[in-house]
Amino acid sequence: MSSPDHEPFALVTISAGTSDPSSTRLLADRIADRTCELAACHGRTVTSNVIELREIAADIASALVSQLITPRLQTAIAALSEADGIIASTPVYKAGPSGLFTSFIDILDDDLIIARPVVLAATAGTARHALVVDDQMRSMFAYLRALTIPTSLFAAPEDWGDPALNSRIDRAAVELVLLMESGFARKIRDASWGSYQHEYGSAGGTEVGIDLDTDLMKLAAGGSAG
Amino acid sequence: MQFGIFSVSDITRDPVSGQTPSEAERIDAIVQIARKAEDVGLDVFAVGEHHNPPFFSSAPTTLLAFIAARTDRLILSTATTLITTNDPVRIAEEYAMLQHLSKGRMDLMLGRGNTAPVYPWFGQDIRQSLPLALENYNLLHRLWRQDVVDWKGKFRTALQGFTSIPRPLDDVPPFVWHGSIRTPEIAEQAAYYGDGFFANNIFWPKEHYVRLIGFYRQRYAYYGHGTEQQAIVGLGGQAYIARNSQDAKREFRPYFNDAPVYGHGPSMEDFMAMTPLSVGSPAEVIDKTLTFREHFGDYQRQLFLMDHAGLPVKTVLDQLDLLGGEVVPVLRKETAARQDPSTPDAPTHASLVQAKYGTGAPRQPRPNANRGDNVTGGSPYQDTTAESRSEYPEL
Repeated sequence: MSSPDHEPFALVTISAGTSDPSSTRLLADRIADRTCELAACHGRTVTSNVIELREIAADIASALVSQLITPRLQTAIAALSEADGIIASTPVYKAGPSGLFTSFIDILDDDLIIARPVVLAATAGTARHALVVDDQMRSMFAYLRALTIPTSLFAAPEDWGDPALNSRIDRAAVELVLLMESGFARKIRDASWGSYQHEYGSAGGTEVGIDLDTDLMKLAAGGSAG
Repeated sequence: MQFGIFSVSDITRDPVSGQTPSEAERIDAIVQIARKAEDVGLDVFAVGEHHNPPFFSSAPTTLLAFIAARTDRLILSTATTLITTNDPVRIAEEYAMLQHLSKGRMDLMLGRGNTAPVYPWFGQDIRQSLPLALENYNLLHRLWRQDVVDWKGKFRTALQGFTSIPRPLDDVPPFVWHGSIRTPEIAEQAAYYGDGFFANNIFWPKEHYVRLIGFYRQRYAYYGHGTEQQAIVGLGGQAYIARNSQDAKREFRPYFNDAPVYGHGPSMEDFMAMTPLSVGSPAEVIDKTLTFREHFGDYQRQLFLMDHAGLPVKTVLDQLDLLGGEVVPVLRKETAARQDPSTPDAPTHASLVQAKYGTGAPRQPRPNANRGDNVTGGSPYQDTTAESRSEYPEL
């Protein structure tokens, strides 16, 4: 995570699109591009990183069944742990985010992206899936205690010809840039990181501080459980 | 440096023959495997503890006592003894008995267990696993060191004037290892008491273990048991050995692909690159095992997992021939050449007796006569001193 005022924003896109190119990735790219433009207007540059889940699908499946985090997954996790802003984009097949997407989220540490601003985006073959973003993705990221931006993005086939999609993308980009600019995630980290639940080695392997002054540590050193 | 094997005690279908051993066959096999470990010159045999199929080892002290009777030199241990769901009083009693029967050829490794349903089967709650483990061990530690224990805790019924029998052999408690991969509190407890710390090491990334073992070493020194270098560290590992690399990979692959825990996941090559698993020639297994020391520093015990995933007993025995005959002798020589001379060996019963008594005779507790009320009373042994007597509450 940056970012004093002169450093670029680290923007990380998670795309669960299954073809190359995919409309899911296209939606994410439009958000990322617009975010870069707006950040530039605010005098800030953006380094943009994309985690294409289709490329690490086998690694994700392995991690789910064997606890083994491959180097490629470690790279993706490290990018997220450094992100100032996140774009999460997934296709909807069965009235929910794709299994590839939720599987990836499942292997992340609960404290990996606390307070990071996240843009939620989904694509689908029918507008009937439109509420998946608010109904399912938002609660998933709430569990991770990420800061989802107010505007949800959803694109059914007809939306790709509708200028209203672009105006929603604009709105989302404004929200994301302002939240990144506020430094909220970094300030939370400085002010109250310790009050969130962590495990040794969590937050993508970055949480390795050991507090000796806890009830459990006193119990470990021959004390009583109270 | 001690070398040995540890068994999870899984009863797994052999994916090549399609046969699943019966419980009886697998229990017979583990005794053969342990005896073979001694025959090929290994130092340690350790077995896990489970309370659900498809495992057989629910009563490790019974198994280890039998193996002790059939061996002469092998150190019997566990991997792990559940310090959460077992009553620490029963652990104190059972392992002290094993210590007597094996003439001190035993130690034990404590672990918490991560199978959620086992906890309620034994009246416990997995959400309390860590404080339960810590409190239980605090009690176990006292039960082996004080003839008479008054104790009150959060998880177990209180004890008043309790004596755990038999007292440890020569009044020297069994050496204890604490197994953990990511729990600083367990490392702290191991350090506080000057016990051993064992990292199962089957799953990397190793950076976490390196840090946790480093923390244990610092705290071991902080509590005055010795230098960081002298802290007692054990590591797990896993190997399949054949004369040449290609045969090893070809033979082990079907077992790897179908293995419980990691099968149907990563490729064997990826798993070898990312974990301590070695599948190859003796030289390859030696080279890889020697890298553990580079990561974790000098350590005292190396255990290999050799008998899981449905490998037939004949294959396991052949593996032990290669491990004991070709791999471990080189590892002993190379480790001795590379180790800091100040690194101590893992404690054994003999070394602990020596440390406690020097050339003096060990204490041999002799009970006072039964007073007829079947309770211990405040002075159970003829040489019990006044200060170790129980304090009864005033009525």
